[in-house]
Amino acid sequence: MSQAHTTPPTLREWLSTDTPRSRFQARSIAIWNAWRTLSSNGLAMLGLAIIVVLVLMALFAPWIATHEPNAQNLTGRLNPPGWEGHLLGTDELGRDIFSRIVFGARVTLYIVALVAVTAPVFGLIVGTVAGTMGGWTDRVLMRMTDIFLAFPRLILALAFVAALGPGIFNAVLAIALTAWPAYARVARAETLTVRRSDYIAAARLQGASTFRIITGHVMPMCLSSVIVRVTLDMAGIILTAAGLGFLGLGAQPPQAEWGAMISTGRQYLLSHWWVATIPGIAILTVSLGFNLLGDALRDVLDPRAATK
Amino acid sequence: MTPADIENPRGPRRARFGSSGLPRVMKRAAGFVFSLAITLFGLLLVTFLIARVVPLDPVLAVVGDRATQAQYEAAREAMGLDRPLPVQFVEYVGDVVTGDLGRSNLTSRPVTEDIRRAFPATLELATLATIIGVMLGIPAGVIGAVNQGRWPDHIIRVVGLLGYSMPVFWLGLVALLIFYGQLGWTAGPGRLDVSEQFTYELEVARRTGSVIIDSALSGAWDVFRNALAHVVLPAGVLGYFSMAYISRMTRSFMLEQLGQEYVTAARVKGVPEWRVVWVHALGNAMVPLITVIVLSYAGLLEGSVLTETVFAWPGLGLYITQALFAADFNAVLGGTLVIGAMFIVLNLLSDILYTIVDPRAR
Repeated sequence: MSQAHTTPPTLREWLSTDTPRSRFQARSIAIWNAWRTLSSNGLAMLGLAIIVVLVLMALFAPWIATHEPNAQNLTGRLNPPGWEGHLLGTDELGRDIFSRIVFGARVTLYIVALVAVTAPVFGLIVGTVAGTMGGWTDRVLMRMTDIFLAFPRLILALAFVAALGPGIFNAVLAIALTAWPAYARVARAETLTVRRSDYIAAARLQGASTFRIITGHVMPMCLSSVIVRVTLDMAGIILTAAGLGFLGLGAQPPQAEWGAMISTGRQYLLSHWWVATIPGIAILTVSLGFNLLGDALRDVLDPRAATK
Repeated sequence: MTPADIENPRGPRRARFGSSGLPRVMKRAAGFVFSLAITLFGLLLVTFLIARVVPLDPVLAVVGDRATQAQYEAAREAMGLDRPLPVQFVEYVGDVVTGDLGRSNLTSRPVTEDIRRAFPATLELATLATIIGVMLGIPAGVIGAVNQGRWPDHIIRVVGLLGYSMPVFWLGLVALLIFYGQLGWTAGPGRLDVSEQFTYELEVARRTGSVIIDSALSGAWDVFRNALAHVVLPAGVLGYFSMAYISRMTRSFMLEQLGQEYVTAARVKGVPEWRVVWVHALGNAMVPLITVIVLSYAGLLEGSVLTETVFAWPGLGLYITQALFAADFNAVLGGTLVIGAMFIVLNLLSDILYTIVDPRAR
């Protein structure tokens, strides 16, 4: 018994104790338990693996790609997969499709990351402020949220991009503008469940400002719901971005973007199938990965919303 | 006192002397109308602001590069662009309410007329796709729920999950490649073959704007067959996405219903299992499902933008994208407004249907 107190616990013991000694340890235990549930789910791990591969591909693109993604070779146009070292064939300008897919991972990740750091943050602020303040602030903010929520996403993004001009950044802006209301709703719902609780009252009695209560005491409680929602939304964001790219409103040539690659391959669809179909498989795989992980995360972090 | 009052003496009184003096149904209806008005107003504001953000100068587009400053000012005044923004907005709302969406530069027709021509094609596609989605999605969801955790459930879930993860335009291209390019089972892009288009223009009376219905009504069976061969791929592709959504929701609603006590009670009474599942449980699951179906219909109207581009389907989606590339902003914003308004109305309709069908929600 006394032995246990003298030798420092192993990491595993530290993570599985019933009596955490610090806030950090309690938090670590919660994450460790969530991870254990998650890692026993094969499909979730498949989804995670897909996302890890995407990130690695984006990070090490110059080393993975076999060719320069924008190097044209007009004598070697539209060659089938496997032709002279072109793993997935070449496109209408003789560019290596495999290398363009690899570099396209960067664009996809860039879009996903940019939307993920803007829309949820904005939604979180709107939702928590509305929920904590209540009254007129709540009514006005939520009415605004409802208006944006009722808009058709792709159409609105289309109109925004049409106004701001095509390009990745504008596409991201348009997607973020249509994505935030969902997070505001989630954050407000979470806020309403905690705002009357004793610990908030205690913080207020100690003289904490509304700003401090929102950022320090309400927002952390909303985080896990919002994170789940973000993961579930990622597939939709990727598909919307690809759709904008396909319509020629996202990434501009010669940048390798999967949706735009499908769009150019469309002309050669019936004679050279691989140009349009292969980038689609990449999009399908990545959004499938996010869907698999998101479903499992929801079951782990948000048991109430689990549909079994 | 009437017999009904004796049975439920507090019911009618409460309705008559409610807190606001209005019956609750009326209050609810007023609430729906209010939120519809606010949301539509928001949509108008957004399209108006987008039109003002556009870096293109609409005056320059009208007078041309060589206009003198005086001509430019005159045109600007005539177009009402010199007035303050709120005034312009009020005028814009007035125009939209009276059905004036401006003139399209691309077709040089009023946008309202263009939309009236294109809309039936989109409606035809979305309706067929919803029918496919409902016919396949509901049985799939029920079978999945009944066989929870066994192979039929897994297959249905994977098919649904793929639907959630697939770009609609890519599936359209693959379907074209396989069923039109390789197998030759269906017709290619467009609504009709060129030769049939001619017959359609000459012989078929336009009653509904749907080629399929109109040609059947006129007895032009060649046109009818050709139209079917054209519509089957785009409707099938959109129907797949609708099915993925509907089957997933059906499954989860059915699981909820099958766990209820009335299901056990029915089984104990000796009701045949198929009746328990397809009549008792599905009957109750249909209540939330109706809203799901309406929402999926609204989603398809939007999804049609990409599908119509792939299949060269002359609907609203194709109209918007083509206008986009011609920098024809009246057309883009008019189309956005119409699809947005449809979307909002359908969203609200799903709320209203829910309260009508489910007495608990009243």
